[in-house]
Amino acid sequence: MGNGKTIISIRQVTKRFGPVVAVDDASLDIAAGEFFALLGPSGCGKTTLLRMLAGFENPTEGDIIIDGKAMDGVDPNWRPVNMVFQSYAVFPHMTVARNVGYGLRVTGVRTEEIRDRVRDALALVKMEGYEERMPDQLSGGQRQRVALARALIKRPKVLLLDEPLSALDAKLREAMRLELVRLQQSVGITFVIVTHDQDEALSMANRIAVMDQGKVRQIAPPAELYEFPNSRFVAGFIGKMNLFAGRVVGVTGGRVQLEVRGLDRIAVPHAGPASGEIGIAIRPEKIRIDRDAPADGRISLRGRVTEVAYYGDESHVFLENATGVTITANVPNEARTTTPSIAIGDELWLSWEPADTLVLTT
Amino acid sequence: MTDIAAKPAVAAAPRRRRAQITPLEYTRRRWLQIVLLANFFFLYFPIVALVAFSFNDSKRNITWQGFTLKYYRQAYENAALHEAFTNSMIIAATSTLVSTALGTMLGVALHRYRFPGKGAFDGWIHLPIVIPEICMGVAMLAFFAAVNIQLGLFTVTVSHIAFSIPFVAVVIRARMSGFDEALEEASRDLGADRWQTFWNVTFPYLLPGVVAGALLALTLSLDDFVITFFTSGPGSTTFPVKIYSMVRFSVTPEVNAASTVLIVLTLTLTVTAMVIQSRSTRKMTARG
Repeated sequence: MGNGKTIISIRQVTKRFGPVVAVDDASLDIAAGEFFALLGPSGCGKTTLLRMLAGFENPTEGDIIIDGKAMDGVDPNWRPVNMVFQSYAVFPHMTVARNVGYGLRVTGVRTEEIRDRVRDALALVKMEGYEERMPDQLSGGQRQRVALARALIKRPKVLLLDEPLSALDAKLREAMRLELVRLQQSVGITFVIVTHDQDEALSMANRIAVMDQGKVRQIAPPAELYEFPNSRFVAGFIGKMNLFAGRVVGVTGGRVQLEVRGLDRIAVPHAGPASGEIGIAIRPEKIRIDRDAPADGRISLRGRVTEVAYYGDESHVFLENATGVTITANVPNEARTTTPSIAIGDELWLSWEPADTLVLTT
Repeated sequence: MTDIAAKPAVAAAPRRRRAQITPLEYTRRRWLQIVLLANFFFLYFPIVALVAFSFNDSKRNITWQGFTLKYYRQAYENAALHEAFTNSMIIAATSTLVSTALGTMLGVALHRYRFPGKGAFDGWIHLPIVIPEICMGVAMLAFFAAVNIQLGLFTVTVSHIAFSIPFVAVVIRARMSGFDEALEEASRDLGADRWQTFWNVTFPYLLPGVVAGALLALTLSLDDFVITFFTSGPGSTTFPVKIYSMVRFSVTPEVNAASTVLIVLTLTLTVTAMVIQSRSTRKMTARG
């Protein structure tokens, strides 16, 4: 985790490409030692923001401060950051050792020191013995390690990673997630990673900034982002969610009475102001399915199963109530059996804790 | 079992009349083979004859009299031919160096940047490729006369540079189109300035294109006749122009000998360049 000292400060940064606003008034601080993720759908401006940190783009408005220095007009080669590119950008005409040592060579570091540091950097990414290989003799995962070593050898204050895992196959991606986290902890450098993969962001980062249409929507640790999304966009973007439109009809002692289209009137705990039209959300895994009416105190309704999607570890059950509202519930497959416990057409009870209901005002 | 069943079918195959020619087997079509052979014949027979008759022991190029090397010596000792050859070499070397440098810069710029009037500039710059050489020759001559520059080695070289640049630029641009810009960004990110980035990253990638472009510029300059004819002055006659003037009197084996030398020279250069290029291309492109 971060030690509190701010290493990157992005202040009201806007970036326009002609009429297109790629980043719209973004502000965020990243603490030293953090593993920070910029998460969002493609075209949300996260890569542009990263490229502004690296110095390949300049903000149209606003300031970027890295390690206490304003980066306005500072060329990429003078910034205390290094980047791992999505395509890895390993120099094809250089050996692994020359690739890794490149950043030291062009800045005039002594040959003996380069040799030692190349050896250490390759050891760090477990690529010892590959010094004299050419990039075309390496696999995608190995090329990525070379790109990592090449960036880390510069001992940057911040390492920027642009979709580093998107070109790897599923198994390797999972393994690299853990390895990147371990690497970050061992070198103690701030990592800023750009990704469109929420699993990647949730499993690796200390904090995540969710971006959409150039705007930063929410900045929070993974669990907070998942359990307490601040808007309908974030709630829908992170994980699966049952979203309903509703209306506030009363507020009494920390609870709000809600009228939800297609459901009964419900009362849920909610801190903060709420009135008028709002969004109501429940995670599918928070919903329980029973044959009998559930205990009092839980919000419950009856529905008919319209679809069951089997995923091995769990099944996603789609139910429809009498008014035609569809709700998804995730049911873990705990028993070792091939006979499904829930079949299409079953009439079942759905229920969830009132506290699991999210009230989304924006 | 299947083996036994398959055997009679294999044995019967040769007895069948000629199998249908599928579209991809076009090389089996008889008329195509004839066209190809005719092409090779008309293309290479004159060259082979030219080379062969350079060794002919006869004043005229009609009947074979016997083997000799005396026309090579005669050509070598012909001072005017010697001078023309030297001129050609000086012009070709200078023109290749300058047009390759300028053409490379042009190709990179046209690939990389957008600027107002780029479309028009792009068209203008490639005009020498499409414009008839005779027009360019006349235009050059008129221009040099207008600005009062004495015709000589300088004017020929300048003209050669002018018409070689677009050819180099086209080759470089094609090479650049496969370039991953992230390589340059990575270099900058790792602390290299623009100059270091160009020489460490961009240029090694471009090298096969630069070699190909230079080769093109060299051959264009070496064998150019029309534009050179218009822009050369006394003492700046090039090899092709000199041979032309010799042929006007009579086609002697001396001309054959000189031409053969030129053929061998360009062939050697081309093969060398191709070997270099294929070596570096193999290194560059095999990165999956």
